[in-house]
Amino acid sequence: MAKKEDKSSKDLTIHFMPYSEIAKLDSLNRIKKLIGLILEGKIIILQGRLTAEEESKMIETTMTLIGNIRGFQGVEISTLSGEEDQSMFDKVRHNIARILVGEQDAITLIGPASVVKDIKRDPKKIELMLKRK
Amino acid sequence: MGINIFKGWGKKFFSNLFKTKENVKLGFYGPPNAGKTSLANKICQDWLGEDIGVVSKIPHETRHVQFKEKVTLERNGKKIEFKLIDTPGIATKIDFEDFLGFGMKKKEAQSRAKEATQGIIESIKWLDDMDAVVVVLDSAENPYSQVNITIIGNLAARKIPVLVVANKIDLKKSDIEKIRAAFPDYEVVGISVKSGEGIDDFYEHIFKLVKKAK
Repeated sequence: MAKKEDKSSKDLTIHFMPYSEIAKLDSLNRIKKLIGLILEGKIIILQGRLTAEEESKMIETTMTLIGNIRGFQGVEISTLSGEEDQSMFDKVRHNIARILVGEQDAITLIGPASVVKDIKRDPKKIELMLKRK
Repeated sequence: MGINIFKGWGKKFFSNLFKTKENVKLGFYGPPNAGKTSLANKICQDWLGEDIGVVSKIPHETRHVQFKEKVTLERNGKKIEFKLIDTPGIATKIDFEDFLGFGMKKKEAQSRAKEATQGIIESIKWLDDMDAVVVVLDSAENPYSQVNITIIGNLAARKIPVLVVANKIDLKKSDIEKIRAAFPDYEVVGISVKSGEGIDDFYEHIFKLVKKAK
């Protein structure tokens, strides 16, 4: 019985990652860390966000893995930051905070496309849709 | 570190020295099936009388970067010339099984998926070489996809002028205001390549965009 519970708990793992876990890593190692978890089939809820360049680098890396790693189809990713509604003053304040403490003021969801069917984002919410097995 | 900064500065200095408004590289970016090649074909047909590439309802029809040198647009006695670069649609996932639904056999679908992944890598690599970019979005789709945000974020980081085109405004579900709300810092032009609606306004914006290119 206990074995059964172990098996089901492996089916879907959600990994909450505080920004401090990636804050001191360079871009390459941030991407490596995230992709490593995704290849384990985990869904990551990251405090903060990657930069646009890191996101494109991550897409490039995932594309090289598709076809080379069995069953890997890429990733689903979405970031909720609330930047859209900001006034000019808020944007300046936000940029200063970003320089001082990094991109902490956001939530990013990343998961393997083989597990996550879709992430729907409307301005103020993210909906995560999983594949039924 | 110091040498790299000097190298980068030197490269930029010499490329800007020999760059004229005639060799502006105008890229077409966006997610798959937004109508990038259809729009590029429309421009090439209108001004050169020929197509740039094949279009299809199957996603990832364009799997290699395609060019058209010396596209010249004329308007009110003024001329602009640019190199048109049509890029494969950028996506974060590709499953060959999605292509099976379009009547493809497994091997063909796998090969298309492989080519599509390489096309996406090619598109991203080309970002550094663009002087101005038209981001083509399907106005009937949710604009808040991370791919759109990543493309526009990368262009902003590189200080490349951007025009957002909301294509397919002929569709019932089209919502151009949603695209404007998603990208408030950018000019958004609504067009339908299919019906020709908004194309004149689009050319007006292309003039402004190419002039903004460094």
